[in-house]
Amino acid sequence: MANQQHASKKHLYIGFGLSLLLTFAALLVILETPWTVGMKLSIISFLAVLQFIVQLVYFMHITESFEDKVWTIINTAFAVFVAVVTVFGSIWIMIYNTMHV
Amino acid sequence: MAAHVDAKYAHLPQEYHTEEGRLKIFGFWIFLGAEIVLFATLFATYLVMHGATDGGPTSQHLFEVKEFMIETMLLLTSSFTSGLAIYHMRTNNKSGFMIWMIITLLLGLGFLYFEIHEFITYMGEGAGPTRSAFLSSFYLLVGTHGAHVTLGIFWITGILLQIWKRGFTPMTTRKAFISGLYWHFLDVVWIFIFTAVYLTGVVS
Repeated sequence: MANQQHASKKHLYIGFGLSLLLTFAALLVILETPWTVGMKLSIISFLAVLQFIVQLVYFMHITESFEDKVWTIINTAFAVFVAVVTVFGSIWIMIYNTMHV
Repeated sequence: MAAHVDAKYAHLPQEYHTEEGRLKIFGFWIFLGAEIVLFATLFATYLVMHGATDGGPTSQHLFEVKEFMIETMLLLTSSFTSGLAIYHMRTNNKSGFMIWMIITLLLGLGFLYFEIHEFITYMGEGAGPTRSAFLSSFYLLVGTHGAHVTLGIFWITGILLQIWKRGFTPMTTRKAFISGLYWHFLDVVWIFIFTAVYLTGVVS
């Protein structure tokens, strides 16, 4: 129990450190790199996804739950799937919509 | 305190000790799934409308790196401090829990101060929500997140008062743990606002 608690405090510090690192990495990519806009946006999107996972694992303890944790993970994964389809589907269809073909 | 704890769950923190507690925590995860989808629709609207500025201010004119970095740091740190509060709850340290949760709330209030300040500044520059489709969707997305933070501050204040009076029980720890999940979730949404609205808005 004591070890588990110790580990969970360490988890918090790791999570906070990773969040700060990912946030500033994204800012640097945007402000200080000579890459194209498309490249920058792809990289920061990837960093945001990593940071989402950091929050889920280190702060929200998604893997802890109780013995039905697999349902917590499936539910979250399904929500993320619907979110991705909604966002990228909308962008895709609206780009197509403004091509006047 | 927890009279009939199933041996199977005795090793878990006390918010998981009753079946009600376990189900309510799982139920809250389902609610968060619905929140992810709610915010996805707002993100989709914003990203589609991003270029529809009607000759008015664009994101590149409006967004200030310093301003949104301060907001990001406040909310990111508050997610960490609420994690520390839950850690102290699990080691049965009531004053540790209270102190870190109060710090969390103060950081949340600081975040709201800067966000409202940002909105007032934009409106002073003629960039209110009625100016263009871009700005309508911007205020809708960022404002919905801000409303969630405001609600969270009232909610967590109520839970702090309960724990102040009743101490840690399977019921109060469950409520505190769930409000902690909510607070982390607000930071998750902000990560995507930071990325898809602010950082993206600076370069395109």
